[in-house]
Amino acid sequence: MINEPITEQKIRRRTLISFAVFGIMIAIGIGAWYWLYHQPLDNGNDTGIQKPLRNVLNANEKIFEKTISNNHLAKTYPVEKAAKNVRVNGNVGMQGTLDTTNWRLHLVRAPGDTLILTLADIQKLPKTEIVFDFKCVEGWDQVTHWGGVRFSDFAAYYQLPVDSPNQYAAFVTPDEKYYVGIDLPSAMHPQTLICYEMNGKPLPQNQGYPLRLIIPTKYGIKSLKRIGTLYFSAQRPPDYWAERGYDYFAGL
Amino acid sequence: MKKIVEKHPLAIRWFHWLNFPILAIMIWSGLLIYWANDVYRLGWGNTTVLKFFPQSFYDLLNIPHHLAMGMAFHFVFMWLFAINGLLYVLYTIISGEWRLLLPDRHSFKEAFLVILHELHLRKTLPPQKKYNAAQRIAYSGIIIMGLGSLITGLAIYKPIQFYWLCNLCGGYAAARIEHFTLTIGYVLFFAIHIIQVVLAGWNNFRGMVAGFEVQEETKTNP
Repeated sequence: MINEPITEQKIRRRTLISFAVFGIMIAIGIGAWYWLYHQPLDNGNDTGIQKPLRNVLNANEKIFEKTISNNHLAKTYPVEKAAKNVRVNGNVGMQGTLDTTNWRLHLVRAPGDTLILTLADIQKLPKTEIVFDFKCVEGWDQVTHWGGVRFSDFAAYYQLPVDSPNQYAAFVTPDEKYYVGIDLPSAMHPQTLICYEMNGKPLPQNQGYPLRLIIPTKYGIKSLKRIGTLYFSAQRPPDYWAERGYDYFAGL
Repeated sequence: MKKIVEKHPLAIRWFHWLNFPILAIMIWSGLLIYWANDVYRLGWGNTTVLKFFPQSFYDLLNIPHHLAMGMAFHFVFMWLFAINGLLYVLYTIISGEWRLLLPDRHSFKEAFLVILHELHLRKTLPPQKKYNAAQRIAYSGIIIMGLGSLITGLAIYKPIQFYWLCNLCGGYAAARIEHFTLTIGYVLFFAIHIIQVVLAGWNNFRGMVAGFEVQEETKTNP
């Protein structure tokens, strides 16, 4: 420590300068917060988030998408750990009941090249089951048991365009009210399933009968129920919750 | 005769005062996130001693029901919190300031004497340098808590890509509880910190802004 004799005046001056700078910094900080908080929202209505925040979320995706690996798997559990009462948290795009006589999967491989599939067309592919901890963006999680077809198996069998220039798979409900975009590395992850079973039985109506997406590497908002259409895109397809301020990537 | 004694280096003051609003924003946005599923409580069985949190708490702090906004702010300001904290730790290592901050082998016994003194149960204080033993423990502990928030936070943020970190925390649900508990810890730290700053008075507070303290010059013993 440096000690020097000093007059009252010197103490006063140094204190004054320091607190002046301190005050200016507080003012700048408050100003910066005010500026950020009042930036225009990214989707033009009151449910979005400030544009600079969206830019950082997209930058976060660029960083953390590098950690995606087919060797990084969601933890799996023995089947008896699976919940019997599976939580139902969303019903957008789920109005009315469906049966498989009027349901078809519209599989758009390219403009003008759409396959119309029945549930049987999907069930003839190898079945994969998973028991994992389903994670909701709200914060709750639940161990649940699903059965269906690996998306990567499905893509290989129907020769889906899961390579460049396409970057995204897009899933849409039959009524087009709910829709998600999934980056292809996450879609092709070995635990990503298109499911027709829950707890060993056909999906209940409120869990997306007859076919839903289960993607353990993302929050539940991406696991769209009741798939009507699947298509591919080089750009980000519209995403229901991303339009309402949530992170597009939503990866875990 | 008064004299100026240099106390806090400029860098430390910057780290301290930057951390204050950044951590405040992290706690506020964390509350926005937590409110989407506010299930934590203190209690046993069906008995709840304290619910986190009653409605009046959210109303008082003006926490709106907006999970998306909370997540957005949290995942932006996490970078500032992490970078500021890491730079602080680097600075204390490089400058040698860590010698004044880390507890030594006497600190835990001495901290007890400091607390007795502050409760007016003991007249004298153990000899100290810049920080007393209780401060050394508190200020080192808060840094470890910060590191804990980064680790548990990353475990919650990417529990599959950083599955080993999530396992280290005892799993996803445990990491969330730890992350939440650390935040409660910051709030308790803050409350005690404010009380201590008020009790210590103007000279001490000025030290954290202007960097120096004023002392009465005393005759040095031969």
